[in-house]
Amino acid sequence: MTHESASAPAKKGAAMASTDLDALRVVGREIDGNVPDAAPDAAWDDRKLHYNLVNPSNRRKFTVIVVGTGLAGAAAAAALGELGYNVEVFSFHDVPRRAHSVAAQGGINSPRARRVDNDSIERFVKDTVKGGDYRGREVDAFRLGQEGVRVIDHMQAIGAPFAREYGGQLANRSFGGVQVSRTYYTRGQTGQQLEIASAHALSRQVAAGTCHLHSRQEMLDLIVKDGRARGIVVRDLVSGTVRAMTAHAVVLATGGYGHIYYKATLAKNSNATAIWRAYKRGAYFANPAFVQIHPTALPLMSQWQSKKILMSESLRNDGRIWAPKAKGDDRDPNLIPDAQRDYFLERRYPAFGNLVPRDVASRNIRERIEAGYGVGPLKNAVYLDFRDAIDRLGAKLVRERYSNLFDMYNEQTGEDPFTTPMRIAPSVHFTMGGLWSDYDMMTSIPGLFVGGECGWGYHGANRLGANSLLSGCVDGWFTLPYSVPSFLAGQLGEDVLPLDDPAVRQTVADVEGRIARLLGGGGVHPPDYFAEKLGAILDRYASVSRDPAELPDAIGQIRALREQFWRDIKVIGTGDRLNQELETAGRVADYLELAELLVLDALDRDESAGAHFRTDHVTEDGEAMRDDANWTFVSAWEAPPEAGPGAGKPIRNYEPLVFKAVPLQQRNYK
Amino acid sequence: MRLILEVWRQESPRVPGRLEAYEITDAREEMSLLELLDRLNHQLVEENQEPVAFESDCREGICGTCGIDVNGVPHGPENNVPACGQHVRSFADGDTVRIEPFRAAGFPIIRDLIVDRTGLDRIIQAGGTVAVDAGTATDADTLLVTHEQAEAALDFAACIGCGACVSACPNGAAYLFTGAKLQHLALMPHGKMERGKRARSMIAQMEHEFGPCSQIGECALACPAGVPLSAIATLNKERLRALLRRKDN
Repeated sequence: MTHESASAPAKKGAAMASTDLDALRVVGREIDGNVPDAAPDAAWDDRKLHYNLVNPSNRRKFTVIVVGTGLAGAAAAAALGELGYNVEVFSFHDVPRRAHSVAAQGGINSPRARRVDNDSIERFVKDTVKGGDYRGREVDAFRLGQEGVRVIDHMQAIGAPFAREYGGQLANRSFGGVQVSRTYYTRGQTGQQLEIASAHALSRQVAAGTCHLHSRQEMLDLIVKDGRARGIVVRDLVSGTVRAMTAHAVVLATGGYGHIYYKATLAKNSNATAIWRAYKRGAYFANPAFVQIHPTALPLMSQWQSKKILMSESLRNDGRIWAPKAKGDDRDPNLIPDAQRDYFLERRYPAFGNLVPRDVASRNIRERIEAGYGVGPLKNAVYLDFRDAIDRLGAKLVRERYSNLFDMYNEQTGEDPFTTPMRIAPSVHFTMGGLWSDYDMMTSIPGLFVGGECGWGYHGANRLGANSLLSGCVDGWFTLPYSVPSFLAGQLGEDVLPLDDPAVRQTVADVEGRIARLLGGGGVHPPDYFAEKLGAILDRYASVSRDPAELPDAIGQIRALREQFWRDIKVIGTGDRLNQELETAGRVADYLELAELLVLDALDRDESAGAHFRTDHVTEDGEAMRDDANWTFVSAWEAPPEAGPGAGKPIRNYEPLVFKAVPLQQRNYK
Repeated sequence: MRLILEVWRQESPRVPGRLEAYEITDAREEMSLLELLDRLNHQLVEENQEPVAFESDCREGICGTCGIDVNGVPHGPENNVPACGQHVRSFADGDTVRIEPFRAAGFPIIRDLIVDRTGLDRIIQAGGTVAVDAGTATDADTLLVTHEQAEAALDFAACIGCGACVSACPNGAAYLFTGAKLQHLALMPHGKMERGKRARSMIAQMEHEFGPCSQIGECALACPAGVPLSAIATLNKERLRALLRRKDN
């Protein structure tokens, strides 16, 4: 890789140089993203040409484990099955279709550029890289755009009924951070339709006998031998049995870790255990502090609500966000005249208005709420108003675009968005951070691949709306099926690791030991008690803004909570049958470790970038201020060594990021 | 608000279950039924009793994971709303609410309120799929689909796979589920290629594990995705069509 850009970091982020930090982490080495030498727009073709192939008659001799059946996992499994590989698919759900991709609403981007609004692959890359505040890999974004063109064709073919114009062509709309229309959709349930189509494609391979489905089985560890990923250890959630499965390669597609904030839009069962166990076994963790706060979730309504509900970003196409101009104005919103409404996004960002990227919208909404302009019974929301859209487009068209979202809102709040503005508030939603992987989507452990949200790559420090469905689909359908076989090709003739191998037995024993420890806790507080406390710490210190003076405090609080967890954890019941308390306890135990790394990364990254908004790095206009000279790299955290001088301290390695097509510049949505 | 919850407790498929009564004294109108169960479990754990096993995931009505019978009605008293969207405000102070697992021969109980719904997935595996491999699809813009047809396909594709239709049916039939998939794919350009073959194989698998249609229509009232009752007419039509044409498409 050539470092032709002036942005190559000189000091590798050592600027802060406080002794505090040195007590917490070690600065490691530069790592190589294995990016093709070709120009960014030619890189993917170049790499595909260099990939090794496996003869069709040899493919069934290779076993690949895929963990997770969301968009990336179901697609990778199905595509590898279609090619003829033997695929073992694991999911903690009862059936593949439940994976949380199903809940994505608004749409999937694809730079098909059919309209004359001047879209192109280059513009898609520019939007994605700039939207991510230059902390993702530009060359990955090119691949995403290039393969993204045919994703729509494939998903349509396997059953996703994309919205159509009256002329019979695919319909599309615009999304945040973008000035063209490249988002394809199926009403407000695009994730559901893509997920069901992919899960059904996986079902087709199950019926064909190429994919073997292991449902209600949760991955609890990764088997590594001689530095290579050889398999996984799972717990059967019904019988409690712990067992190992070995393979020639392992693909993790286990989703994001946003649920670590406890009250997030993620599903109740979404968790970080698979990727955290991989990290503990040697996989690097990229940018854990890059967490997206979605601007338009429903505000919390009751103390018992443990899960926030998302309202699609697509609503910002036609809905206008406002707060009253007067503090504490608690009149019926319909009685507040226009002159007394503050459409603050349109006022502050005239060019993008309500469609500014998510991090910008969330910060502005939280600022209004915290400044005393919040609305609703708990004063914890702002309005998202469709009055003008209904006047302009008519209720029928608005209903066609958003009916299921309006129904969902009505179901949850008892209010009708056709007559009363929605109340919305920011909520943790997506994690741009995840396991570090190279250009081939392989982690720092050879043989361990990632796809979808559990990886990093495209989205940098902030993901654009409708790019997550795209990345899940592209990773699973059109990237991993090229790169995984190239890795397998070198292993022709090799068997998978036998189940009685010492490395396998040891990993199983480790898992059993951890389960026994959870069951043998002090019996004071249930796992949710700790999950909620941890969430509150992260929300307080590491949410829409991060104050470096306070972050060490957060680390102290997390450590204290972790100690208390292992002293006081109470898991009712036994491990030899279905036990949801035990499942939760294991996930919370891993959150308590990951949370410290998340905060450490927030403290270490001495700049603001996208969703990572440090209070000490702000432009005159109050926007995130990057430090390109020192921080144009991805932090790839390596688990602490057990002994030696750096014992107990995570090592922050770095992969420099090079921008050839989209020159570094300050984001400006005004 | 005070509520008495009569909840089905069953340790495993091998032992008989029973209803147990619990009192909640601080239920609130804005709680969903799942949050009410969370509240109950919190109470049980404090008393060192095993919490009630029940399933849920997205809690926003799209994943289809949750599913309970409430006073004998799948998901709860409001029609076409999943359990996560049903609220305590439907009940009055002092009410007794009976919470049971989905009741159907095709859904064996695993534990407490959790049932095995993989029978529905086997209907999909039998043919609810489209035989197009990754990368081989034609350009979706060259295949014209009318606006109306795309919208109609989505009405049926909206099924969340929760199984409420099966539980609602006195015969434990899966007609609404199967008919919805047949109709969805029959409206899609590539789906049409195997329309006849699909009808034969999916219906055969459905009849293997689930009961016959009751002709009453309570399934459509229970369906949280609002799948139209015409899915059942579709199933019968597709069955006849496949029988008469004897072709794959």
